[in-house]
Amino acid sequence: MPLRRINDDCVAELSLASKRFGALLALDELSLVVRRGELLALLGPNGAGKTTAISLLLGLARPDSGEAQLFGRSPHLIDTRRRIGVMMQDVGLAPELCVREHIELVASYYPAPLSSDEAMEMTGTSSLATRPYGKLSTGQKRQVQFATAVCGRPSLLFLDEPTVGLDVQARETLWQVVRRLVDSGVGVVLTTHYLEEVEALADRVAVLARGRLIATGTVTEMRSIVGRKQIACITAVTADQALTWPDVEAARMDHERLRITTSCAEEVVRRLLAADAGVKELEVERAGLAEAFTELTRTERMQ
Amino acid sequence: MNSALVAMNLENAAAPSVPAARTFAAYRAEARYELVRTLRMPAFTIAFVVVPVVLYLFFGAVMPGSHANPQVAYHLFTGFALTGIMGSGMFGFGMSIATEREQGLLTLKRSLPAPPLAFLVAKMCVALVLAVLIMLTMVVTATFNAAGPTVPQSLSVAGVLIPGVLPFCAIGLFIGTRVSAKAAAGFVNLCYLPMIYLSDMLIPLPGSMQAIPQISPAYHLNQLALGAVGMPTQGSMLMHVAVLVVVAVVFTGLAVRRLARVG
Repeated sequence: MPLRRINDDCVAELSLASKRFGALLALDELSLVVRRGELLALLGPNGAGKTTAISLLLGLARPDSGEAQLFGRSPHLIDTRRRIGVMMQDVGLAPELCVREHIELVASYYPAPLSSDEAMEMTGTSSLATRPYGKLSTGQKRQVQFATAVCGRPSLLFLDEPTVGLDVQARETLWQVVRRLVDSGVGVVLTTHYLEEVEALADRVAVLARGRLIATGTVTEMRSIVGRKQIACITAVTADQALTWPDVEAARMDHERLRITTSCAEEVVRRLLAADAGVKELEVERAGLAEAFTELTRTERMQ
Repeated sequence: MNSALVAMNLENAAAPSVPAARTFAAYRAEARYELVRTLRMPAFTIAFVVVPVVLYLFFGAVMPGSHANPQVAYHLFTGFALTGIMGSGMFGFGMSIATEREQGLLTLKRSLPAPPLAFLVAKMCVALVLAVLIMLTMVVTATFNAAGPTVPQSLSVAGVLIPGVLPFCAIGLFIGTRVSAKAAAGFVNLCYLPMIYLSDMLIPLPGSMQAIPQISPAYHLNQLALGAVGMPTQGSMLMHVAVLVVVAVVFTGLAVRRLARVG
Protein backbone atom coordinates (compact mmCIF):
# COMPACT_ATOMS: atom_id res chain seq x y z
CA MET A 1 0.00 0.00 0.00
CA PRO A 2 1.45 3.41 -0.91
CA LEU A 3 2.28 5.86 1.87
CA ARG A 4 -0.56 8.15 2.82
CA ARG A 5 -0.07 11.85 2.48
CA ILE A 6 -0.97 13.92 5.52
CA ASN A 7 -4.07 15.36 3.90
CA ASP A 8 -5.28 11.92 2.80
CA ASP A 9 -7.90 12.26 5.51
CA CYS A 10 -9.85 14.50 3.18
CA VAL A 11 -11.99 12.28 0.97
CA ALA A 12 -14.11 14.93 -0.76
CA GLU A 13 -13.55 18.61 -1.25
CA LEU A 14 -15.20 21.53 -2.95
CA SER A 15 -13.01 24.63 -3.01
CA LEU A 16 -14.58 27.93 -3.97
CA ALA A 17 -16.83 26.10 -6.40
CA SER A 18 -19.33 28.17 -8.37
CA LYS A 19 -21.92 26.94 -10.81
CA ARG A 20 -24.39 28.98 -12.80
CA PHE A 21 -27.43 27.74 -14.70
CA GLY A 22 -28.50 30.60 -16.94
CA ALA A 23 -29.45 33.50 -14.70
CA LEU A 24 -29.43 31.36 -11.57
CA LEU A 25 -26.26 31.19 -9.52
CA ALA A 26 -26.75 27.72 -8.07
CA LEU A 27 -23.45 27.64 -6.15
CA ASP A 28 -21.56 30.71 -5.06
CA GLU A 29 -17.91 29.98 -4.14
CA LEU A 30 -18.83 27.05 -1.94
CA SER A 31 -16.08 25.31 0.00
CA LEU A 32 -16.69 22.02 1.78
CA VAL A 33 -14.54 19.22 3.10
CA VAL A 34 -15.48 15.66 4.05
CA ARG A 35 -12.92 13.62 5.97
CA ARG A 36 -12.60 9.89 6.30
CA GLY A 37 -14.62 8.42 9.13
CA GLU A 38 -16.92 11.44 9.18
CA LEU A 39 -20.56 11.93 8.23
CA LEU A 40 -21.34 15.36 6.85
CA ALA A 41 -25.01 16.26 6.57
CA LEU A 42 -25.87 18.80 3.89
CA LEU A 43 -28.96 20.75 4.82
CA GLY A 44 -30.83 23.54 3.18
CA PRO A 45 -34.19 24.44 1.70
CA ASN A 46 -35.08 23.29 -1.81
CA GLY A 47 -33.01 25.16 -4.35
CA ALA A 48 -30.22 25.87 -1.85
CA GLY A 49 -27.63 24.15 -4.03
CA LYS A 50 -27.32 20.75 -2.32
CA THR A 51 -27.95 18.77 -5.49
CA THR A 52 -25.58 20.96 -7.51
CA ALA A 53 -22.86 20.55 -4.88
CA ILE A 54 -23.23 16.79 -5.02
CA SER A 55 -23.32 16.77 -8.84
CA LEU A 56 -19.96 18.53 -8.87
CA LEU A 57 -18.49 16.04 -6.41
CA LEU A 58 -19.80 13.10 -8.42
CA GLY A 59 -18.37 14.52 -11.63
CA LEU A 60 -21.82 14.88 -13.22
CA ALA A 61 -21.17 18.57 -13.83
CA ARG A 62 -18.08 20.75 -13.87
CA PRO A 63 -17.78 23.88 -11.73
CA ASP A 64 -17.62 27.16 -13.68
CA SER A 65 -14.87 28.20 -11.30
CA GLY A 66 -13.24 26.57 -8.30
CA GLU A 67 -12.61 22.89 -7.95
CA ALA A 68 -14.27 19.61 -6.97
CA GLN A 69 -12.08 16.73 -5.88
CA LEU A 70 -12.47 13.24 -4.49
CA PHE A 71 -9.42 11.78 -2.72
CA GLY A 72 -7.41 14.68 -4.08
CA ARG A 73 -8.21 13.78 -7.69
CA SER A 74 -10.77 14.62 -10.32
CA PRO A 75 -14.15 12.94 -9.88
CA HIS A 76 -14.23 12.48 -13.66
CA LEU A 77 -11.59 9.75 -13.43
CA ILE A 78 -13.16 6.32 -13.28
CA ASP A 79 -10.41 5.18 -10.87
CA THR A 80 -11.53 7.89 -8.44
CA ARG A 81 -15.14 6.84 -8.71
CA ARG A 82 -14.20 3.21 -8.01
CA ARG A 83 -13.88 4.32 -4.37
CA ILE A 84 -17.35 5.81 -4.00
CA GLY A 85 -20.83 4.43 -3.48
CA VAL A 86 -23.90 6.38 -4.53
CA MET A 87 -27.54 6.29 -3.51
CA MET A 88 -29.51 8.87 -5.45
CA GLN A 89 -33.00 10.12 -5.00
CA ASP A 90 -35.59 9.29 -7.67
CA VAL A 91 -33.73 6.67 -9.63
CA GLY A 92 -35.73 3.98 -11.40
CA LEU A 93 -33.69 0.79 -11.65
CA ALA A 94 -34.70 -1.81 -14.23
CA PRO A 95 -38.00 -3.32 -13.00
CA GLU A 96 -37.37 -6.64 -14.76
CA LEU A 97 -34.17 -7.51 -12.88
CA CYS A 98 -34.32 -9.11 -9.46
CA VAL A 99 -32.57 -7.68 -6.42
CA ARG A 100 -29.57 -10.01 -6.54
CA GLU A 101 -29.02 -9.21 -10.22
CA HIS A 102 -29.04 -5.47 -9.54
CA ILE A 103 -26.44 -5.85 -6.81
CA GLU A 104 -24.26 -8.11 -8.96
CA LEU A 105 -24.42 -5.65 -11.85
CA VAL A 106 -23.30 -2.68 -9.74
CA ALA A 107 -20.71 -4.82 -7.93
CA SER A 108 -19.16 -5.70 -11.31
CA TYR A 109 -18.02 -2.05 -11.64
CA TYR A 110 -15.77 -2.27 -8.55
CA PRO A 111 -12.32 -3.81 -8.10
CA ALA A 112 -13.01 -5.80 -4.92
CA PRO A 113 -16.74 -5.75 -4.18
CA LEU A 114 -18.74 -7.57 -1.54
CA SER A 115 -20.53 -10.66 -2.79
CA SER A 116 -24.23 -10.09 -3.40
CA ASP A 117 -24.99 -12.32 -0.38
CA GLU A 118 -22.76 -10.21 1.87
CA ALA A 119 -24.28 -6.96 0.60
CA MET A 120 -27.82 -8.24 1.13
CA GLU A 121 -27.05 -9.63 4.57
CA MET A 122 -25.48 -6.37 5.61
CA THR A 123 -28.44 -4.27 4.45
CA GLY A 124 -31.19 -6.65 5.54
CA THR A 125 -32.37 -7.34 1.99
CA SER A 126 -31.60 -11.09 1.80
CA SER A 127 -35.28 -11.97 1.82
CA LEU A 128 -35.80 -9.87 -1.32
CA ALA A 129 -32.98 -11.56 -3.31
CA THR A 130 -35.12 -13.15 -6.01
CA ARG A 131 -37.90 -10.56 -6.14
CA PRO A 132 -38.16 -8.43 -9.31
CA TYR A 133 -37.28 -4.83 -8.51
CA GLY A 134 -40.47 -3.55 -10.14
CA LYS A 135 -42.60 -5.50 -7.63
CA LEU A 136 -40.99 -3.97 -4.52
CA SER A 137 -42.51 -1.31 -2.28
CA THR A 138 -40.99 2.19 -2.23
CA GLY A 139 -39.17 1.45 1.01
CA GLN A 140 -37.83 -1.88 -0.24
CA LYS A 141 -36.54 -0.16 -3.38
CA ARG A 142 -34.62 2.31 -1.22
CA GLN A 143 -33.12 -0.59 0.76
CA VAL A 144 -31.97 -2.23 -2.46
CA GLN A 145 -30.47 1.05 -3.68
CA PHE A 146 -28.62 1.26 -0.39
CA ALA A 147 -27.31 -2.27 -0.91
CA THR A 148 -26.05 -1.31 -4.38
CA ALA A 149 -24.41 1.80 -2.89
CA VAL A 150 -22.37 -0.19 -0.37
CA CYS A 151 -21.63 -3.33 -2.42
CA GLY A 152 -18.40 -1.89 -3.88
CA ARG A 153 -16.78 -1.39 -0.44
CA PRO A 154 -16.63 2.38 -0.96
CA SER A 155 -14.38 4.71 1.01
CA LEU A 156 -16.86 7.52 0.44
CA LEU A 157 -20.61 7.15 0.35
CA PHE A 158 -23.17 9.63 -1.03
CA LEU A 159 -26.65 9.17 0.42
CA ASP A 160 -29.42 11.38 -0.92
CA GLU A 161 -32.59 11.15 1.18
CA PRO A 162 -31.81 7.51 2.01
CA THR A 163 -34.69 6.76 4.35
CA VAL A 164 -37.68 8.20 2.46
CA GLY A 165 -40.43 5.58 2.57
CA LEU A 166 -38.63 3.24 4.97
CA ASP A 167 -40.43 1.75 7.96
CA VAL A 168 -38.94 2.27 11.40
CA GLN A 169 -37.11 -1.04 11.49
CA ALA A 170 -35.60 -0.67 8.01
CA ARG A 171 -34.52 2.87 8.88
CA GLU A 172 -32.83 1.64 12.06
CA THR A 173 -30.97 -1.04 10.10
CA LEU A 174 -29.78 1.53 7.57
CA TRP A 175 -28.65 3.90 10.32
CA GLN A 176 -26.79 1.08 12.03
CA VAL A 177 -24.93 0.15 8.86
CA VAL A 178 -24.08 3.80 8.16
CA ARG A 179 -22.73 4.23 11.71
CA ARG A 180 -20.58 1.13 11.39
CA LEU A 181 -19.26 2.24 8.03
CA VAL A 182 -18.34 5.63 9.47
CA ASP A 183 -16.66 3.90 12.42
CA SER A 184 -14.64 1.79 10.00
CA GLY A 185 -13.35 4.97 8.31
CA VAL A 186 -15.80 5.56 5.47
CA GLY A 187 -16.68 9.21 4.77
CA VAL A 188 -20.37 9.88 4.17
CA VAL A 189 -22.18 12.81 2.57
CA LEU A 190 -25.82 12.77 3.59
CA THR A 191 -28.60 14.98 2.31
CA THR A 192 -31.90 14.61 4.05
CA HIS A 193 -35.01 16.48 5.05
CA TYR A 194 -35.31 14.42 8.23
CA LEU A 195 -33.53 16.44 10.88
CA GLU A 196 -33.99 13.53 13.25
CA GLU A 197 -31.75 11.57 10.90
CA VAL A 198 -29.10 14.27 11.03
CA GLU A 199 -29.22 14.32 14.82
CA ALA A 200 -28.90 10.53 14.90
CA LEU A 201 -26.03 10.22 12.43
CA ALA A 202 -24.15 13.39 11.60
CA ASP A 203 -20.75 14.40 12.89
CA ARG A 204 -20.91 17.70 11.09
CA VAL A 205 -23.65 19.74 9.49
CA ALA A 206 -23.34 22.20 6.64
CA VAL A 207 -26.31 24.46 5.99
CA LEU A 208 -26.65 25.88 2.48
CA ALA A 209 -28.88 28.68 1.32
CA ARG A 210 -28.88 30.26 -2.12
CA GLY A 211 -25.73 28.43 -3.12
CA ARG A 212 -23.69 29.59 -0.16
CA LEU A 213 -22.57 27.93 3.03
CA ILE A 214 -24.34 29.83 5.78
CA ALA A 215 -23.30 27.71 8.73
CA THR A 216 -21.22 24.66 9.49
CA GLY A 217 -20.32 22.81 12.66
CA THR A 218 -21.25 19.85 14.81
CA VAL A 219 -24.89 19.16 15.57
CA THR A 220 -24.40 20.60 19.06
CA GLU A 221 -22.66 23.68 17.70
CA MET A 222 -25.45 24.24 15.23
CA ARG A 223 -28.00 24.19 18.01
CA SER A 224 -25.98 26.59 20.11
CA ILE A 225 -25.60 29.01 17.18
CA VAL A 226 -29.27 29.66 17.57
CA GLY A 227 -29.28 29.49 21.33
CA ARG A 228 -32.99 29.13 21.76
CA LYS A 229 -34.31 26.81 24.42
CA GLN A 230 -37.52 24.95 24.99
CA ILE A 231 -39.16 25.02 28.41
CA ALA A 232 -41.83 22.43 29.15
CA CYS A 233 -43.83 21.97 32.37
CA ILE A 234 -47.20 21.27 33.89
CA THR A 235 -48.46 24.54 35.29
CA ALA A 236 -51.49 26.65 35.91
CA VAL A 237 -49.96 29.40 33.73
CA THR A 238 -51.68 29.55 30.34
CA ALA A 239 -49.98 29.99 26.95
CA ASP A 240 -51.65 33.40 26.50
CA GLN A 241 -50.30 34.54 29.83
CA ALA A 242 -46.77 33.35 29.01
CA LEU A 243 -46.85 35.14 25.66
CA THR A 244 -47.20 38.49 27.46
CA TRP A 245 -43.82 37.99 29.19
CA PRO A 246 -40.68 39.57 27.73
CA ASP A 247 -38.28 37.21 25.89
CA VAL A 248 -40.98 34.60 25.20
CA GLU A 249 -40.92 33.91 21.48
CA ALA A 250 -43.59 31.24 21.38
CA ALA A 251 -45.86 29.48 23.83
CA ARG A 252 -48.39 26.74 23.28
CA MET A 253 -50.20 24.01 25.15
CA ASP A 254 -49.17 20.45 24.28
CA HIS A 255 -51.81 18.31 26.00
CA GLU A 256 -51.46 19.29 29.66
CA ARG A 257 -47.95 20.73 29.18
CA LEU A 258 -47.07 24.31 28.51
CA ARG A 259 -44.22 24.65 25.98
CA ILE A 260 -42.31 27.92 25.79
CA THR A 261 -39.58 28.84 23.28
CA THR A 262 -37.15 31.48 24.47
CA SER A 263 -33.56 32.60 24.12
CA CYS A 264 -33.47 33.66 27.78
CA ALA A 265 -34.47 30.51 29.65
CA GLU A 266 -33.28 31.50 33.12
CA GLU A 267 -35.35 34.68 33.17
CA VAL A 268 -38.48 32.92 31.94
CA VAL A 269 -38.11 30.08 34.47
CA ARG A 270 -37.84 32.67 37.29
CA ARG A 271 -41.08 34.30 36.13
CA LEU A 272 -42.74 30.95 35.74
CA LEU A 273 -41.92 29.91 39.30
CA ALA A 274 -43.01 33.30 40.61
CA ALA A 275 -46.34 32.98 38.83
CA ASP A 276 -46.97 29.40 39.85
CA ALA A 277 -45.03 27.86 42.72
CA GLY A 278 -46.66 24.49 41.99
CA VAL A 279 -44.91 23.95 38.62
CA LYS A 280 -44.32 20.24 37.95
CA GLU A 281 -42.05 18.25 35.62
CA LEU A 282 -40.05 21.28 34.60
CA GLU A 283 -37.70 20.62 31.66
CA VAL A 284 -35.37 22.99 29.85
CA GLU A 285 -33.77 21.77 26.62
CA ARG A 286 -31.81 23.25 23.80
CA ALA A 287 -33.94 23.59 20.68
CA GLY A 288 -33.70 20.73 18.19
CA LEU A 289 -31.85 20.98 14.94
CA ALA A 290 -35.14 21.66 13.19
CA GLU A 291 -35.50 24.94 15.03
CA ALA A 292 -31.83 25.80 14.50
CA PHE A 293 -32.14 25.15 10.81
CA THR A 294 -35.36 27.14 10.43
CA GLU A 295 -33.78 30.03 12.27
CA LEU A 296 -30.62 30.00 10.16
CA THR A 297 -32.43 29.92 6.85
CA ARG A 298 -34.93 32.54 8.04
CA THR A 299 -32.11 34.91 8.95
CA GLU A 300 -30.55 34.28 5.55
CA ARG A 301 -33.82 35.13 3.80
CA MET A 302 -34.16 38.34 5.77
CA GLN A 303 -30.68 39.37 4.67
CA MET B 1 -22.96 -8.55 9.07
CA ASN B 2 -19.72 -8.01 10.95
CA SER B 3 -17.44 -9.95 8.65
CA ALA B 4 -18.62 -7.91 5.69
CA LEU B 5 -18.11 -4.68 7.57
CA VAL B 6 -14.70 -5.62 8.86
CA ALA B 7 -13.69 -6.44 5.32
CA MET B 8 -14.93 -3.01 4.36
CA ASN B 9 -12.18 -1.03 6.01
CA LEU B 10 -10.01 1.41 4.21
CA GLU B 11 -7.24 -0.99 3.30
CA ASN B 12 -8.53 -0.80 -0.23
CA ALA B 13 -8.56 2.98 -0.13
CA ALA B 14 -5.43 3.41 -2.21
CA ALA B 15 -6.41 4.24 -5.78
CA PRO B 16 -7.26 0.81 -7.05
CA SER B 17 -5.68 -0.25 -10.30
CA VAL B 18 -8.21 -2.42 -12.02
CA PRO B 19 -7.03 -5.37 -14.05
CA ALA B 20 -8.45 -5.64 -17.55
CA ALA B 21 -10.30 -8.75 -16.41
CA ARG B 22 -12.44 -6.67 -14.01
CA THR B 23 -13.27 -4.16 -16.73
CA PHE B 24 -14.21 -7.02 -19.02
CA ALA B 25 -16.36 -8.46 -16.20
CA ALA B 26 -18.27 -5.15 -16.03
CA TYR B 27 -18.94 -5.24 -19.80
CA ARG B 28 -19.99 -8.87 -19.53
CA ALA B 29 -22.33 -8.26 -16.57
CA GLU B 30 -23.90 -5.28 -18.30
CA ALA B 31 -24.52 -7.28 -21.50
CA ARG B 32 -25.78 -10.30 -19.61
CA TYR B 33 -28.33 -8.37 -17.56
CA GLU B 34 -29.43 -6.31 -20.56
CA LEU B 35 -30.19 -9.57 -22.35
CA VAL B 36 -31.99 -10.97 -19.30
CA ARG B 37 -34.12 -7.81 -19.16
CA THR B 38 -35.00 -7.99 -22.84
CA LEU B 39 -35.95 -11.66 -22.65
CA ARG B 40 -38.21 -10.85 -19.69
CA MET B 41 -40.14 -8.42 -21.90
CA PRO B 42 -41.47 -11.02 -24.35
CA ALA B 43 -44.01 -8.64 -25.90
CA PHE B 44 -41.22 -6.55 -27.40
CA THR B 45 -39.13 -9.48 -28.59
CA ILE B 46 -42.05 -11.40 -30.06
CA ALA B 47 -43.35 -8.38 -31.97
CA PHE B 48 -40.17 -8.07 -34.03
CA VAL B 49 -39.48 -11.79 -34.35
CA VAL B 50 -42.97 -13.00 -35.20
CA VAL B 51 -44.54 -10.18 -37.21
CA PRO B 52 -42.07 -10.23 -40.15
CA VAL B 53 -42.42 -14.01 -40.39
CA VAL B 54 -46.20 -13.92 -40.42
CA LEU B 55 -46.29 -11.16 -43.02
CA TYR B 56 -43.72 -12.94 -45.19
CA LEU B 57 -45.66 -16.20 -45.07
CA PHE B 58 -48.92 -14.44 -45.85
CA PHE B 59 -47.73 -12.34 -48.77
CA GLY B 60 -44.94 -14.62 -50.00
CA ALA B 61 -46.48 -18.09 -49.70
CA VAL B 62 -50.19 -18.10 -48.88
CA MET B 63 -51.55 -15.27 -51.03
CA PRO B 64 -52.80 -16.44 -54.42
CA GLY B 65 -50.31 -15.68 -57.18
CA SER B 66 -47.37 -15.33 -54.80
CA HIS B 67 -45.62 -18.28 -56.45
CA ALA B 68 -45.83 -16.82 -59.95
CA ASN B 69 -42.60 -14.87 -59.74
CA PRO B 70 -39.76 -16.01 -57.42
CA GLN B 71 -38.33 -12.51 -57.54
CA VAL B 72 -41.37 -11.27 -55.63
CA ALA B 73 -40.73 -13.85 -52.91
CA TYR B 74 -37.08 -12.73 -52.70
CA HIS B 75 -38.12 -9.11 -52.41
CA LEU B 76 -40.66 -9.96 -49.72
CA PHE B 77 -38.09 -12.03 -47.82
CA THR B 78 -35.49 -9.27 -47.67
CA GLY B 79 -38.15 -6.56 -47.15
CA PHE B 80 -39.96 -8.16 -44.21
CA ALA B 81 -36.72 -9.32 -42.59
CA LEU B 82 -35.53 -5.74 -42.85
CA THR B 83 -38.66 -4.38 -41.12
CA GLY B 84 -37.92 -6.65 -38.14
CA ILE B 85 -34.25 -5.65 -38.05
CA MET B 86 -35.00 -1.92 -38.33
CA GLY B 87 -37.77 -2.05 -35.75
CA SER B 88 -35.84 -3.99 -33.12
CA GLY B 89 -32.85 -1.65 -33.45
CA MET B 90 -34.76 1.63 -33.52
CA PHE B 91 -37.52 0.89 -31.00
CA GLY B 92 -35.23 -1.15 -28.74
CA PHE B 93 -32.70 1.64 -28.44
CA GLY B 94 -34.96 4.66 -28.74
CA MET B 95 -37.44 3.71 -26.09
CA SER B 96 -35.07 2.12 -23.61
CA ILE B 97 -32.58 4.99 -23.70
CA ALA B 98 -35.31 7.62 -23.37
CA THR B 99 -36.87 5.77 -20.43
CA GLU B 100 -33.60 5.12 -18.63
CA ARG B 101 -32.51 8.69 -19.13
CA GLU B 102 -35.77 9.99 -17.72
CA GLN B 103 -35.61 7.64 -14.73
CA GLY B 104 -32.16 8.89 -13.80
CA LEU B 105 -30.54 5.53 -14.42
CA LEU B 106 -28.00 6.93 -16.87
CA THR B 107 -27.08 9.71 -14.43
CA LEU B 108 -26.57 7.09 -11.72
CA LYS B 109 -24.37 5.03 -14.04
CA ARG B 110 -22.31 8.13 -14.86
CA SER B 111 -21.66 8.71 -11.16
CA LEU B 112 -20.79 5.06 -10.57
CA PRO B 113 -17.54 3.56 -11.85
CA ALA B 114 -19.38 1.85 -14.71
CA PRO B 115 -17.18 1.82 -17.84
CA PRO B 116 -18.71 4.74 -19.79
CA LEU B 117 -19.63 2.80 -22.91
CA ALA B 118 -20.54 -0.50 -21.23
CA PHE B 119 -24.28 0.05 -21.29
CA LEU B 120 -24.20 1.05 -24.97
CA VAL B 121 -22.09 -1.94 -25.92
CA ALA B 122 -24.50 -4.12 -23.90
CA LYS B 123 -27.49 -2.77 -25.78
CA MET B 124 -25.73 -3.28 -29.11
CA CYS B 125 -24.94 -6.89 -28.18
CA VAL B 126 -28.59 -7.45 -27.30
CA ALA B 127 -29.68 -5.86 -30.59
CA LEU B 128 -27.34 -8.24 -32.43
CA VAL B 129 -28.74 -11.23 -30.51
CA LEU B 130 -32.29 -10.13 -31.40
CA ALA B 131 -31.23 -9.68 -35.02
CA VAL B 132 -29.85 -13.24 -35.01
CA LEU B 133 -33.16 -14.46 -33.57
CA ILE B 134 -35.16 -12.60 -36.21
CA MET B 135 -33.01 -13.89 -39.05
CA LEU B 136 -32.95 -17.48 -37.76
CA THR B 137 -36.73 -17.46 -37.68
CA MET B 138 -36.85 -16.01 -41.18
CA VAL B 139 -34.33 -18.57 -42.50
CA VAL B 140 -36.30 -21.46 -41.01
CA THR B 141 -39.57 -20.03 -42.34
CA ALA B 142 -38.10 -19.61 -45.82
CA THR B 143 -37.55 -23.37 -46.05
CA PHE B 144 -41.33 -23.83 -46.03
CA ASN B 145 -41.78 -21.65 -49.08
CA ALA B 146 -40.63 -23.43 -52.22
CA ALA B 147 -40.81 -20.17 -54.19
CA GLY B 148 -38.60 -18.30 -51.70
CA PRO B 149 -34.83 -18.20 -51.28
CA THR B 150 -32.84 -21.38 -50.59
CA VAL B 151 -31.12 -21.88 -47.24
CA PRO B 152 -27.69 -20.67 -48.47
CA GLN B 153 -29.37 -17.63 -50.03
CA SER B 154 -31.30 -16.74 -46.88
CA LEU B 155 -28.20 -17.32 -44.73
CA SER B 156 -26.23 -14.85 -46.81
CA VAL B 157 -29.06 -12.32 -46.37
CA ALA B 158 -28.79 -12.96 -42.62
CA GLY B 159 -25.04 -12.28 -42.88
CA VAL B 160 -25.86 -8.83 -44.26
CA LEU B 161 -28.87 -7.91 -42.13
CA ILE B 162 -27.54 -8.99 -38.71
CA PRO B 163 -24.70 -6.42 -38.60
CA GLY B 164 -27.07 -4.12 -40.53
CA VAL B 165 -29.04 -3.59 -37.31
CA LEU B 166 -26.30 -1.31 -35.97
CA PRO B 167 -27.06 1.88 -37.97
CA PHE B 168 -30.70 1.58 -36.88
CA CYS B 169 -29.60 1.17 -33.27
CA ALA B 170 -27.64 4.40 -33.75
CA ILE B 171 -30.72 6.25 -35.06
CA GLY B 172 -32.81 4.92 -32.15
CA LEU B 173 -30.08 5.92 -29.72
CA PHE B 174 -29.96 9.42 -31.14
CA ILE B 175 -33.75 9.82 -30.80
CA GLY B 176 -33.66 8.35 -27.29
CA THR B 177 -31.14 10.96 -26.15
CA ARG B 178 -33.25 13.84 -27.48
CA VAL B 179 -36.87 13.17 -26.54
CA SER B 180 -38.88 12.12 -23.48
CA ALA B 181 -39.86 8.52 -22.83
CA LYS B 182 -43.46 9.28 -23.74
CA ALA B 183 -42.53 10.90 -27.04
CA ALA B 184 -39.89 8.33 -28.01
CA ALA B 185 -42.27 5.77 -29.54
CA GLY B 186 -43.89 8.51 -31.64
CA PHE B 187 -40.61 9.90 -32.91
CA VAL B 188 -39.24 6.44 -33.70
CA ASN B 189 -42.42 5.69 -35.65
CA LEU B 190 -42.01 8.97 -37.51
CA CYS B 191 -38.73 7.60 -38.86
CA TYR B 192 -39.65 3.92 -39.05
CA LEU B 193 -42.86 4.08 -41.08
CA PRO B 194 -41.70 6.49 -43.82
CA MET B 195 -38.51 4.44 -44.11
CA ILE B 196 -40.52 1.30 -44.79
CA TYR B 197 -42.67 2.94 -47.44
CA LEU B 198 -40.09 5.15 -49.09
CA SER B 199 -37.08 2.85 -49.28
CA ASP B 200 -38.15 0.80 -52.27
CA MET B 201 -38.06 -2.29 -50.08
CA LEU B 202 -41.67 -3.52 -50.10
CA ILE B 203 -43.54 -0.99 -52.20
CA PRO B 204 -41.99 -0.13 -55.56
CA LEU B 205 -41.81 3.62 -56.06
CA PRO B 206 -42.56 5.29 -59.43
CA GLY B 207 -39.55 6.36 -61.48
CA SER B 208 -40.12 10.03 -60.68
CA MET B 209 -39.57 9.30 -56.96
CA GLN B 210 -36.39 7.24 -57.31
CA ALA B 211 -34.26 9.91 -55.65
CA ILE B 212 -36.13 9.70 -52.35
CA PRO B 213 -34.96 6.26 -51.18
CA GLN B 214 -31.32 7.33 -51.54
CA ILE B 215 -31.54 9.28 -48.29
CA SER B 216 -32.88 6.30 -46.35
CA PRO B 217 -30.40 3.90 -44.70
CA ALA B 218 -33.05 1.17 -45.09
CA TYR B 219 -32.77 1.50 -48.88
CA HIS B 220 -29.01 0.95 -48.76
CA LEU B 221 -29.27 -2.04 -46.44
CA ASN B 222 -32.02 -3.51 -48.63
CA GLN B 223 -29.81 -3.21 -51.70
CA LEU B 224 -27.07 -5.14 -49.88
CA ALA B 225 -29.61 -7.81 -48.86
CA LEU B 226 -30.91 -8.09 -52.42
CA GLY B 227 -27.32 -8.48 -53.62
CA ALA B 228 -26.83 -11.29 -51.09
CA VAL B 229 -29.87 -13.16 -52.34
CA GLY B 230 -28.67 -12.80 -55.93
CA MET B 231 -31.16 -10.21 -57.16
CA PRO B 232 -30.24 -7.28 -59.41
CA THR B 233 -29.35 -4.19 -57.37
CA GLN B 234 -28.89 -0.47 -57.87
CA GLY B 235 -25.75 1.51 -57.12
CA SER B 236 -22.38 0.28 -55.89
CA MET B 237 -22.22 -2.10 -52.92
CA LEU B 238 -19.30 -0.15 -51.50
CA MET B 239 -21.35 3.03 -51.47
CA HIS B 240 -24.22 1.29 -49.65
CA VAL B 241 -21.83 0.01 -47.00
CA ALA B 242 -20.24 3.43 -46.67
CA VAL B 243 -23.62 5.15 -46.14
CA LEU B 244 -24.56 2.66 -43.42
CA VAL B 245 -21.23 3.04 -41.65
CA VAL B 246 -21.50 6.83 -41.76
CA VAL B 247 -25.06 6.72 -40.36
CA ALA B 248 -23.95 4.40 -37.54
CA VAL B 249 -20.89 6.45 -36.64
CA VAL B 250 -22.48 9.92 -36.91
CA PHE B 251 -25.64 9.15 -34.93
CA THR B 252 -23.75 7.18 -32.28
CA GLY B 253 -21.22 9.99 -32.01
CA LEU B 254 -23.89 12.68 -31.62
CA ALA B 255 -25.75 10.60 -29.03
CA VAL B 256 -22.66 9.74 -27.00
CA ARG B 257 -21.60 13.38 -26.97
CA ARG B 258 -25.01 14.41 -25.70
CA LEU B 259 -25.09 11.67 -23.05
CA ALA B 260 -21.69 12.74 -21.76
CA ARG B 261 -22.73 16.38 -21.57
CA VAL B 262 -26.37 16.27 -20.54
CA GLY B 263 -26.97 12.71 -19.39
